[in-house]
Formats: sequence, C-alpha cells, structure tokens
Amino acid sequence: MATVKTFKINDEDVSGREDETILQIARENDIFIPTLCNMEGLSSVGSCRLCLVEVKGWTKLATACVTKIQEGMEVYTDSERLREYRRMIVELLFSEGNHICAVCVSNGRCELQDMAQILGMNHLVVPYRRPNLKIDASHERFINDQNRCILCTRCVRVCDEIEGAHTWDVMGRGIEATVITDLNEPWGASQSCTTCGKCVQVCPTGALFEKGKSVAEMSKKREFLPYLTSMRGNGKAK
Amino acid sequence: MIETPTKIKFATVWLDGCSGCHMSFLDIDERLLDLGDKIDLVYSPLVDYKDFPDMVDVTLIEGAVSNEDDLHKIKKVREHTKLLISLGDCAVTGNVPSMRVPFGIEAVMNRAYTENVTRNHQMPTNGVPPLLPRVRPVHEIVKVDVFIPGCPPPADTIFFVLTELLEGRQPDISKLTRFGK
Repeated sequence: MATVKTFKINDEDVSGREDETILQIARENDIFIPTLCNMEGLSSVGSCRLCLVEVKGWTKLATACVTKIQEGMEVYTDSERLREYRRMIVELLFSEGNHICAVCVSNGRCELQDMAQILGMNHLVVPYRRPNLKIDASHERFINDQNRCILCTRCVRVCDEIEGAHTWDVMGRGIEATVITDLNEPWGASQSCTTCGKCVQVCPTGALFEKGKSVAEMSKKREFLPYLTSMRGNGKAK
Repeated sequence: MIETPTKIKFATVWLDGCSGCHMSFLDIDERLLDLGDKIDLVYSPLVDYKDFPDMVDVTLIEGAVSNEDDLHKIKKVREHTKLLISLGDCAVTGNVPSMRVPFGIEAVMNRAYTENVTRNHQMPTNGVPPLLPRVRPVHEIVKVDVFIPGCPPPADTIFFVLTELLEGRQPDISKLTRFGK
C-alpha cells in the first residue's frame, strides 16, 4: 500500500503517492517545470537537468523528474537562479551541436527550439563550438543526424524498454559522448534494429528523422507510447 | 518656415546572409511610409550612400561575420551606432553561413571553385575578402543591444520592435519570433 505524502510546491498544498516524483505531482497540479530528456512512459534519467528545482533546507538543487516526494517538503519551481541555470543549459545544448533551426526537418516542431523560446533565450552568451559531426543515412527508412542530438537518451530508453531491441546506446564520455547503433556500426547494417521507428518518434529534435522529409516537415507521432506503456504496466497506467 | 520634427538616423547593414531579412523588412509594406515620417535612412543596401555615416541612432544588421570585410564593417558600424540590432538568425546565431565551419576553408573553397566547376576553374583572389575560419554571430565581435531571431524574423515583428523603440519602450518579442521562424 502506497502512503500519501503531503507537501508544498510554490507555497501551494499538494499531495501524491510516496513513489511519485516532484515532476509528476507538479504536472498533476498544472505547475510547469521545463524538461527535455523526460518522457512519460519511459524511465527517468535526470540527464538534461532542466527540471532542477529548489527544495527548502536542501543545499543542492533537485532534479524533479527523479526526486521522490517527501512529507512536508517545500519545493520551488521558479526563481531567478533556476531561470538562469535553465537558460544556460539550453544555451550549452545549442552551442554544443550544429542545430541551425532554419534548415532543420523539425523546425517549428522541435522541443529544444520551443524550450529556447519558453526560457526567453534570444541569443547565446557562450561561443558556438561548430563540431564536425556525422550523419548516418545508411538505414533504409531513417536518418541519424548527430549535429542535432542533445543526448537526452530517449532513443536508447524507448528501444530498450519498449521495443526490447536495445539497438541504441551511448558511447564515449563528456563532450565526446554520442549515441550509437549496435557496436557503433552503421544503422543500416544493424542486426538488432527492428525498423520499428520508435526512436525516431520520441526524439525531441531533428536528430532522428524519416527519410524524404524536408525542412520543417518532420512531425513526430507519439500516440503509441502511452498505449504500449499501459499494456506493459511499465510506468503509470492511465 | 514649417519646422520639421527631428527624424532619427537609421541604417541597415548586410553581412553574410541571403538578404531575406531585408526582404522581410520591406514586407512591412505600406507601414514603411509611417516609419518614413520618423526615420531617415542614411545607409543601407536599399539606398545609394557609399560610406557609413559618422553617427547613426539605430542600425539593423543582417548576416553573420564570415570574412575580413564583414569584420572590418561591423567594427566601424558599432563605433558609429548608438543602438545596434542583430536582425535574423545569421546575425544572432551564425545560422546557414556557419555550416561551412566544420569542414574548413580549403575544403569549402575547393568544393565551390574546383570540384563542381566544369571549365575555367580558378580560385577568386582579386576584389574578394578572405573568409575567416570561424563564422561568428555579430555579438561575438561587438556589443549588440537588441536581438531579433528568426529566419527571417516576421515583418510584423520587425515593425513592432522599431515602433516600440521609437516610442522609447523596450520591446518584448519572446512570443513573436524564435530561432528558425
């Protein structure tokens, strides 16, 4: 039996089951916390750090997507400090890759682009890195454009947790980190990939997309995820 | 004699961009006439003044800083402008012009002037400024006062920014435009 915990978000009384996270309860109460790596139906990894919140009495900030609620905790989801950190995170994502929104398949339908606008980011304070990154178009139906990857690992998680193929994984550390198919082999040569396309549909940016899509044409279809998740009993059934 | 109200001195500059931002500026359409009552266009690719004037109140700058001429121009423009506005994604982010950077200048020049050329291929040397290895947004070189992202920023957004500034207000365009719009 799960116990109910009562606590505060932005001085408002809220409650939830003890196994729920700050993010889940915030969403249930229509309190906005920005996220990028999080996706309902997949496990949470707290990698993008956008959902950082302040908890009264805690010296560290907490990632709302992986922090379980506690009785009496006082959570604050918006402050000048948090806004500054979130803007910096999104700026670093833009500076790290080569996003070039104007010529992206996901222009106008991109979660990173949306987040920049939501956070009021109209230019970068940090310099652009302009790395030389690869595009893998070896798959018959899909393209992996590393220039636009933000390493949210949604593709890795959906492939492992929902499709059960585990074609995707992360290779390397720090600035060298990249998502790979199989043992860093061309996607088209992958023996584990089932060509289901779930990775493409959950990708928040234009990093994974369908062949034949041009600028601003790639809309992602995610209806399958809540359905498959409830079938598996993985995560919270609605 | 009828006293004419003082107009602000206004300029637009075109660096490495496709001129789409200038086209969007012209898409302000008939409202340009209202704007014309308040501004004096003292320098622009749209008019025929050769040199950037001594002091300009507001300058709109389109395009990224890609070659030595851009670099020289932007420093001069900043020195002689009170309020500098980065107009569009090339000026604000580097955008499409910056896509050459990962490949290096040599590969890009070869592609344009050797590999894809069927006859009389030669590298341009006279009258063209050398490319810089890195394409940079304007604010990485000089201080920028206002940013208008977009590819191109919508005409309504440009008009809104200019009229707000003319009225002495700080325009909030966070809802009106974004990268890539």
